[in-house]
Amino acid sequence: MKILRDLFRDYRFVLSFCVLCLLLFLAFITIFSPYDPTRWGVVPRDLKPSWEHPLGTSSKGQDVFWQAAFAVRNSLTISLIAGVVSRIIAVIVGMVAGYKGRLTDRVLMFVSDSFLVIPLFLIIVMLAMLVRHLMNLVTLGLLLAIFGWAWDARLIRSQILSLREREFTQTAILSGTGTLPLVLKEYMPFAIPLVFSTLINNMSWAIGMEMTLAILGLVNMDIPTLGTMLQWAISYQAMLLGYWWWILTPVVLAILLFVALYWLSVSISEYLDPRTRLQRVGA
Amino acid sequence: MNFVKRYLIPRLVQYILVVFLGVTAVFLIPRLTPTDPIAHTIAQIRSQGAYLDPATVDEFIQDLKELYGLEGSILDQYIGLWKRLFRGDFGVSFFQFPTRVSELVGRALPWTVGLLLTTTVISWVAGNLVGGLAGYFSRKRWAQALDFAAMVIRPLPYYIFSFTLLLLFGYVIRLFPIAGGAAIGSVPSFTWSYIADVLRHAFLPALSLTILGGTIWFQTMKLIVQNVNAESFVQYAKLGGVKEGIIVSKYVIRNAMLPQITALGLALGQIFSGALITEIVFSYPGLGTLLYNAVITGDYNLIMGITIFSIVAITTAILLLDLLYPLFDPRVRYR
Repeated sequence: MKILRDLFRDYRFVLSFCVLCLLLFLAFITIFSPYDPTRWGVVPRDLKPSWEHPLGTSSKGQDVFWQAAFAVRNSLTISLIAGVVSRIIAVIVGMVAGYKGRLTDRVLMFVSDSFLVIPLFLIIVMLAMLVRHLMNLVTLGLLLAIFGWAWDARLIRSQILSLREREFTQTAILSGTGTLPLVLKEYMPFAIPLVFSTLINNMSWAIGMEMTLAILGLVNMDIPTLGTMLQWAISYQAMLLGYWWWILTPVVLAILLFVALYWLSVSISEYLDPRTRLQRVGA
Repeated sequence: MNFVKRYLIPRLVQYILVVFLGVTAVFLIPRLTPTDPIAHTIAQIRSQGAYLDPATVDEFIQDLKELYGLEGSILDQYIGLWKRLFRGDFGVSFFQFPTRVSELVGRALPWTVGLLLTTTVISWVAGNLVGGLAGYFSRKRWAQALDFAAMVIRPLPYYIFSFTLLLLFGYVIRLFPIAGGAAIGSVPSFTWSYIADVLRHAFLPALSLTILGGTIWFQTMKLIVQNVNAESFVQYAKLGGVKEGIIVSKYVIRNAMLPQITALGLALGQIFSGALITEIVFSYPGLGTLLYNAVITGDYNLIMGITIFSIVAITTAILLLDLLYPLFDPRVRYR
């Protein structure tokens, strides 16, 4: 509880926490949605916001408010899949490279370095193009997960490298602890804060990537996500025709989501870093 | 000699390996995925309403196999790819038949390079300068205001930020053209009006890349400078009565600059991806828009060409940056 109280002293944490709760609430209420999000023409088209349709309706004959709620839910699902799976890869690669050292370390770090250097966007586009007909929330999440681990594996590796030199490692090895229990029981607790703070950044990256793939039409355009919603609005010339409620909804939601996730991660990592925590909390 | 052995050779080896890995990945991806690019292309042509009789289809498949380098065993194909690469030949674009991919890339390249080079240089220099000053004077009100702005802009992906600028300038304040690289039908020439037109078209994409890139340099530089500031040599200079301007420019910012050069090398791939995305948003006639058209028409050969070319170009740029680094860092130079 004390941790939460300390975190809530940061205005950025409070704001981002509230925004994320609101968005999660939006994602949650989709189970009460009166409309099927994939069907067209369920409501009159191009209506301005009103009591009946709080965010108006689109040229596809869909209620923008409910579309947005589904979009937030689906975008969060994709990013959660991408984030969790790539965290698993990052932890395994980082721990193996950091603990094994030598050639294993060199090979794994070379791969992760290449991932950082090569313009990955193009590789993702290439892959997405080939599996376009298989695209759904899960495959898109997995596709992004394959490419999202490199930097975080490096962070975990350097953490392990420093832990390996500590005395308790020697104590554990001398008292007969195997490699796997040592890594899981002794090292994992140190890596967990890192895993969580990178998870948030990675989710944000995945949401952005999904939106970018949507402009190229490389995701399943029938599933409402922030990216596809914006793409439909663009392709129907919503801005030129003055349907601002349709095009601004995904943009504003996306900006809120990105800023909230970033502030949350900055706030948490500042709290986790003892030097900055002292400055902020005072004790 | 020591320098060559410990600095130059590891980097050259790394460079060759990365290019090798990248090209191999581009080679393997279409072969590992369940889709057959040829069947895919033919289905696409059919879906566009063309009738193909069986004999034509067979001939077509043969042509496509040749075109995509799919003849012979996997090893033959792989060697064939490298042979073509060394000739600088990426095959023929399928949907702009028979234009060569290398010609299309060459046509788009000046736009991308111009945009990327100017925005990267401006954002790096400006971001580091402002970040350095803001880090040194971190208690001043303007520094805190900039810090807040950076906190809002930093997390936005290239697509959303450019699109917001597009909405703002394209529909609310109509100051700048929102699409294209020059007025339609204008002939490239060294006249003042043509150059002004190109600059006006480039303004919004460049602004978006500069602000987003600059924000990252600003934030990291500010952090580094705040750390350097706490070092004892800065305290000593202050106590010794060295003028503040000299401390900032000669001691603090210069020391903080070095990690930023390394960071520029590491970020280049992402900056490049970002530039492609920004070009797509503003329909700027560079590689990004070429990629967009290639994806929309399913021109797989063109996409492969763009990808391989970009991997080679970016890794080469990073290598050059790495080789220039000793000029800035005396510790590497004299090792």
